[in-house]
Amino acid sequence: MMAKLMALLLLGLVRVLTGAQARWLGCPPKAEQRIYFANHQSHADLVMIWAALPQELRHSTRAIAARDYWTKTPFRRWLTSRVFNVVYVSRERTADEDPLEPLVEALERGDSIILFPEGTRGHAGDPQAFKAGLYNLACKFPQVVLVPAWINNVQNVLPKGERVPVPILCSVTFGAPMQLEAGEERRAFLERARQTVMALREL
Amino acid sequence: MYFYLKNLAPTQQIGALFVLVFGLLLLASVTSFAFSIHEFQDEARARRRRARLESINGILRSSWLMVVVFWLGWMMGNRVALTLFGLVSFFALREFLTLSPTRRGDHRSLVLCFFVVLPMQYWLVYAGHFDMFAVFIPVFVFLALPVVSALGNTPQHFLERNAKLQWGIMVCIYGMSHVPALLLLRFPGYDHRNAFMVFFLVLVVQVCMVTQHLLGRWLKLRPVAPAISGSFNWPCCWMGVLGASVFGAALAGITPWVPGTAFAFSFIACLAGSLGHFVMKALKRDRGIPSWGTQGRAVTGAGGLLDRVDALCFAAPVFFHSARWYFDL
Repeated sequence: MMAKLMALLLLGLVRVLTGAQARWLGCPPKAEQRIYFANHQSHADLVMIWAALPQELRHSTRAIAARDYWTKTPFRRWLTSRVFNVVYVSRERTADEDPLEPLVEALERGDSIILFPEGTRGHAGDPQAFKAGLYNLACKFPQVVLVPAWINNVQNVLPKGERVPVPILCSVTFGAPMQLEAGEERRAFLERARQTVMALREL
Repeated sequence: MYFYLKNLAPTQQIGALFVLVFGLLLLASVTSFAFSIHEFQDEARARRRRARLESINGILRSSWLMVVVFWLGWMMGNRVALTLFGLVSFFALREFLTLSPTRRGDHRSLVLCFFVVLPMQYWLVYAGHFDMFAVFIPVFVFLALPVVSALGNTPQHFLERNAKLQWGIMVCIYGMSHVPALLLLRFPGYDHRNAFMVFFLVLVVQVCMVTQHLLGRWLKLRPVAPAISGSFNWPCCWMGVLGASVFGAALAGITPWVPGTAFAFSFIACLAGSLGHFVMKALKRDRGIPSWGTQGRAVTGAGGLLDRVDALCFAAPVFFHSARWYFDL
C-alpha cells in the first residue's frame, strides 16, 4: 500500500519535473523478455527509465542497482526493493561469487531487466566503455531481446552533489533491438552496443 | 452590441460571453473536423491540407485551453486562477530552460527561479502589492540571480548563461503574472468584474494571433526577415492587429472603457503580442528549432506550450501598465 502510494507520488513528481517522455522509435513497448541497456549519468536515471515504461511492463521490468549504495539506509532499501523491485548487484568483486548471478536469476524467472553497462555514473558527454556483463548475459540468454536506450538531460535535473531537483524536460529514447552476431567477439560487441546507444542521442 | 452588453447585469454578461465563446470554439472545432474527414483524390493536395489542419488544430487546442483556464479561474476565485497561471508559468519556463541549456554552476540559480522567484511573484500579485510586483523581478531578482550564479564558481559563458535565465524569468514569470494581476486591479466603477479584463486581453490577443496566422497562410506575402520567420510580414501583422482591435472595440461593453478606448488598448496589446511572438521566433532560430515543441521529434518532450502563450507574455505587461497608468491606479 505504502509502496504503491510512493510509486504514484514519484511518478507524479517525475512527470512534473521532467515530463518523463518515452520515445519508442526503434521498437514498440511489448511484453516480451528484454534487456534494456542505457547510459548512466545520474541516480535519477533509474526513476526516469522506470517512469518512461508503460505501467503494464513496469512491475516485470527490474532495474539493476548497486547493493552498497542502495541498501545503506532502511529508506533506500525499502524504496528500491518495494517500489522499484530492483535486482541488487555488488560492485566489489569477491573470489567466490559471480556478480552476474542475481541478474541470471532474474532472467531465468522471466523478468526483463534494465542495465547500465557503464557500471557507474559518467561525467563526460559520451558514455564510458561498457562492462562485460551485457555480453555475458547476451551469450547466456540468446532469446532475450536487447533494447538500447538513451536517457537525455537527466544529469541537469539533479547534478551530482545537489539536493534539490529542478524542472527540466527529459526523455528516454528506445532504439531498435540488437543482437549478438554469430562469432562476434566480446570487445567488438560491447563497442557496437555503446555506439548504438550513442546514436540514439541524435534522433 | 456595445449598449446591449453594457446594460446587461453582470451575470447575464457572463452567460452571454460563455455562450458566445464556447459556441464560436465549438463551431471552429466542428468545421475543422468536417474538413479533416473530407477525402481527396490527389495525395499531394491531401497532404498539404492535413498539414494546414494540423497547425489550425494546434491553435484551436490552445484556445480551448485558455478559455477553460479562464472559466475555471472565474468559477473558483482569484486564488485558483493565480495557481493556474502560476502552473502555466512553471511549464513555460521549464520548456524555455530545457532548450536554452544551462550549466552545472547554474543549478542553484535554477532552484531559486523555480521555487522562490515564481511563487514569490504570484504571491505579490495575490497580496495586491502592485508597486513591489512591478519591480520585484527587474530590480531585485536581476541582482540576486547573478550573485547566486557567481557563487557557483563557474566563470565560463557567465553573461550568456545569466542572460538566458533572466530572459526566461522575464518572459515566463514576469510577463505571464501580469495576466492574472488584472484580476486584482481596482478599476473605478467596475467592481467584481475584473475577470472580464483577463478574458478581454486573452481573447483579443488570441484573435489577433489566429487572424495573422490565417492571413499569412492565405496571402503568402514576402517575409520581412526570412532568416528569423518565414511568415512574419508587415501587412499581415497590421491587418491582424487592426482586426483584433476592432473586435476589442466591439467587446467594449465588458470593459470599463468606451469603444474608442477599448480599441486603443486592444491595439497596444496586440501590437506588443505580435512583436513579442516575432522576437521569440528569433530566439528559437538561435537555438536551431522551428518551435519550442517540435512535434514528434522533440528530444525534450516539450509540449510547445510556450509557442502558444508567448504573445500573451509580452502583451500582458504592456496592457497592464498602460491600464494602470490610464486610470492612475
